[in-house]
Amino acid sequence: MVVDAVDARIECGHDEEGARNHPDRQGPIMTLLHEADFGTPAADGAPVTLTIDGQTVTVPAGTSILRAAGLAERPIPKLCATDSLNAWGSCRMCLVEVDGVKGTPASCTTPVRDGMAVRTQTARLEKLRRGVMELYISDHPLDCLTCSANGDCELQDMAGAVGLREVRYGMAGENHFDAASRDVVDVSNPYFQFDPSKCIVCSRCVRACEEVQGTFALTIEGRGFDSKVSAGGAADDFFSSECVSCGACVQACPTATLTEKSVVEHGTPTRAVQTTCAYCGVGCSFKAELQGDQVVRMVPWKDGGANEGHSCVKGRFAWGYATHKDRVTTPMVRERITDPWRPVGWDEAIGFAAARFSAIQAAHGTGAIGGITSSRCTNEEVFAVQKMIRAAFANNNVDTCARVCHSPTGYGLKTTFGTSAGTQNFKSVEQADVILLIGANPTDGHPVFASRMKRRLRAGAQIIVADPRRIDLVRSPHIEAAFHLPLRPGTNVALMNAFAHVIATEGLIDEAFVAERCEAEDFALWSAFAAEPENSPEALSEIIGVPAETIRGAARLYAGAGNAAIYYGLGVTEHSQGSTMVMAMANLAMATGNIGREGVGVNPLRGQNNVQGSCDMGSFPHELSGYRHVSDAGVRDLFEAAWGRPILPEPGLRIPNMLAAAIDGTFRGIFVQGEDIAQSDPNTAHVTAALEAMDCVVVQDLFLNETAAFAHVFLPGTSFLEKDGTFTNAERRINRVRPVMPPKTGLSEWEAVCRLATAMGYPMDYPDAAAIMDEIARLTPTFTGVSHARLDAEGSLQWPVNAAHPDGTPTMHVDGFVRGKGRFMITGFVPTPERTTRHYPLILTTGRILSQYNVGAQTRRTENARWHGEDVLEIHPFDAETRGVGEGDLVSLASRMGATTLRATITDRVPPGVVYTTFHHPVTGANVITTEYSDWATNCPEYKVTAVQVSRSNRPSDWQAAHDELGRSHYAVAERLPAAE
Amino acid sequence: MSIEAPLASGAGPDDTPEPSLIARLCARHGDRPAALIEILHDLQEALGAVPDGALGEIAGRLNLTRAEVHGVVSFYHDFRARPAGPVQVKVCRAEACQAMGARALIERLCARQGVALGGTSAGGVTIEAVYCLGLCAQSPAAQVNGRLHARLTDDRLDAAIAAEAAGAAGAAA
Repeated sequence: MVVDAVDARIECGHDEEGARNHPDRQGPIMTLLHEADFGTPAADGAPVTLTIDGQTVTVPAGTSILRAAGLAERPIPKLCATDSLNAWGSCRMCLVEVDGVKGTPASCTTPVRDGMAVRTQTARLEKLRRGVMELYISDHPLDCLTCSANGDCELQDMAGAVGLREVRYGMAGENHFDAASRDVVDVSNPYFQFDPSKCIVCSRCVRACEEVQGTFALTIEGRGFDSKVSAGGAADDFFSSECVSCGACVQACPTATLTEKSVVEHGTPTRAVQTTCAYCGVGCSFKAELQGDQVVRMVPWKDGGANEGHSCVKGRFAWGYATHKDRVTTPMVRERITDPWRPVGWDEAIGFAAARFSAIQAAHGTGAIGGITSSRCTNEEVFAVQKMIRAAFANNNVDTCARVCHSPTGYGLKTTFGTSAGTQNFKSVEQADVILLIGANPTDGHPVFASRMKRRLRAGAQIIVADPRRIDLVRSPHIEAAFHLPLRPGTNVALMNAFAHVIATEGLIDEAFVAERCEAEDFALWSAFAAEPENSPEALSEIIGVPAETIRGAARLYAGAGNAAIYYGLGVTEHSQGSTMVMAMANLAMATGNIGREGVGVNPLRGQNNVQGSCDMGSFPHELSGYRHVSDAGVRDLFEAAWGRPILPEPGLRIPNMLAAAIDGTFRGIFVQGEDIAQSDPNTAHVTAALEAMDCVVVQDLFLNETAAFAHVFLPGTSFLEKDGTFTNAERRINRVRPVMPPKTGLSEWEAVCRLATAMGYPMDYPDAAAIMDEIARLTPTFTGVSHARLDAEGSLQWPVNAAHPDGTPTMHVDGFVRGKGRFMITGFVPTPERTTRHYPLILTTGRILSQYNVGAQTRRTENARWHGEDVLEIHPFDAETRGVGEGDLVSLASRMGATTLRATITDRVPPGVVYTTFHHPVTGANVITTEYSDWATNCPEYKVTAVQVSRSNRPSDWQAAHDELGRSHYAVAERLPAAE
Repeated sequence: MSIEAPLASGAGPDDTPEPSLIARLCARHGDRPAALIEILHDLQEALGAVPDGALGEIAGRLNLTRAEVHGVVSFYHDFRARPAGPVQVKVCRAEACQAMGARALIERLCARQGVALGGTSAGGVTIEAVYCLGLCAQSPAAQVNGRLHARLTDDRLDAAIAAEAAGAAGAAA
């Protein structure tokens, strides 16, 4: 519903809902989905009643006349106003008359008042508007028919609305569009272009960059007639400027000035499908705008609860991988992994896989095979895979890629609060006064949420950043952290214990909250533990590497805030004490009463689009959907009755157990859904040895990824543009994913899974994906009220959705914790066994970059590679100098596990003693380096701490040379494949 | 004075980096974004210009973007990307001065100096138009190296330029 949540009422049957209830709201799949633009943002004041053209209208105080008129279906012409931006008042199109007011005020900058009588259309206003439009058009090329925005141009619409019939000034005067006077079109950005000759200098792009995205990359250069939009300084173009290519400016532009290159190339779209982005855990809603089944552009959806009309460079632009030539759309099999691939039909591929899996089970027992679900796939697809494993494979050997990212979140939050999920919705951050950000880099990893966070910080909230590296939120234009705690990698728990000490010993505990909401005995133990002198900042300062006074200041700021919210990422979970750390943060939130309302909470920033969902769907070996343990007979009864097969009461193997068992020879077949474990899991040599040892590796993916090099069966997967189902984002929001084209492979992923299960003797069949969700809802108490039909009608729902929470749950633990009372846990600090030594004196930590996504399978196959063509190693000037490493030098990065070679960049973003790289490119082999250490509770790998040495190098590492060779042999195909198109 | 040299941080004798000119100017104003215009004035005072290359460091010090600094610099015609000649003539072209023949006065001056309005002559005279020096009652008016001159004629303007040129030459020698 655009952005309002206000109780706006308009008499004579109109209301905010009704005004938006144009035909496009009737269903998800229409021609184009036009979204109403009311010109200025919603307000939330007390009701104010006025008349507009004689019609009585009631809207919240603070609403502009422009918006009120739009809601009353009396839209007023406008150019510089759009409801994603604050009023600007520069275009002078939205002039109105107000009884008793002199002149003709701009309706966008004039708020409503009680009793106001507004007229939106009079002879005088008509003349004024037409005069203004004449001036605009006297400096605008009259090339509408050949313009890329033809039919999708607000200037064109407004010229029509004001009845422009002539331009008395002519077109011959000084202007910006003549061949002689016009500036060149800036095509430097790979995805959109800037044509200044079409610009009306409304500043919507500049304001969108500031207000919506928070990057401030654009400005108006010059003054008067010379004013023009400029990215960066005089010598910059869009690509060289600070622009992060989020697309907000393109979205805001009312003309063809800023236009997607795809629209320039193909023309304006003719139909649209509302769907959900498949990149990160923010889960932005988009309109896929198409011609036929060709995507022309992805446009962020204003009604999307997660993104409210905003986007980032990945979701907005980097969708071209779906039709990339590397995509494989035909099933393939091979006897041995050294054979070339043989393209086959679906039946043969399914039959091949089923026969091999069955043979393995006959020879080595039912437990000798298993599978991994993917956080990239829909809830329905994931549910189908885990059902296949539990019912057709008849074991619990199912795990998910969340094992290697947020499994400690599940464990830690379930133990303390009672449920394995973040506590807030994204909008909650707008109520936070202090944000404690730990081990997350939202401006790169979760950019659309970062924009929301930055808006809140610009409005006065404070942020504490705990991260070894100086991320952008420590200091970037208009943002300055109150505290940066550049802790040593691996000392998170020590830092939280020091916070706890300050809170427990300085009287900062919210005693009333704790007494009412938490287990008293556990709290007593915890507060005694926290108060121990060895947990004081002074005692831990040396271990953490941050001065005690700084820690005390940060802890006091967090504990003393009205609303303090914790946001965290994989810098918390991917440690040997990941689960401990999650519980330590939960302790702090409970101790300070920062849980159970808006603006507070403990919030994991989920990495992948459906990591929350894949966990919810019963992907872990010990849990059925809804986090219910397999040892619970009542739960098993429910599933056994529904599925007609016994469920084993014992948990199955986790990914690391499967890999270890494969090397031992007891685990011999695996189904890998949309995950590239040979690139993404730690200790690559160990992973590939395990894969090589298996008799049957089935990979279901878009591309022949690194893991597919070890596969016997390749089942082509579908991109999000072909999927029908749901993704659940980091705020537990279940969003619909709708197909914009039929599967290029001929089969949905869940259909392929059903066929494999059926071929193995367990018939699985659904009429459509909606039927899978119906089964999920029947079997999962937190999903009781969820169905595709309801999601289509309501947009999205945040689980739990059931009898107790019929409309879903934006904020959790409001009246009580899910587990009853909150449970404090003792979180003793145990240093990781991974220590720096004389041979490996530096600590490597890893992260992501804005333009690339995880192992890069998608983003590397888009123009995003122009921003980040290779992974580089960040090293502090001191460490570089002592090793003779210069900027851009090739260096060898070695741990006791392996070595790789990459380029170095010298920067004081990292502290001395710490080096940092991204892991987006397979050739980098960042996981050749990482170790086998993992979280004590969940086996989440310790990616974030590896002792390494860096030295100058002039050649690829042995691993890279071998990988090169593998690439040549293992990807061979017996015959030419049809292209994806 | 070279434009580029003072911008970069050099190493001092004790091997600690010497703060750059921009760092010092920003620090003088407490690195406050609100002081951007004063900092730009100080920089132009020191270098005779606000070179494009300076924008990045100013932006970084004040926690702004290059675009924001560029927007401010380009808004004010008084900030120049390259230094003016030793003699800078700003002739008023606002209404009162135009009524008293400023336009022709400028044309003749440009012809005598052999340079277009906005340019710098071979003799080092930069001629620019400004809009109102507040001397409407004594039009036409101009500012030569910061000094105001009113009721101008060709001769009076040339004399003012010559005096400044002699002063500049004397200072250089």
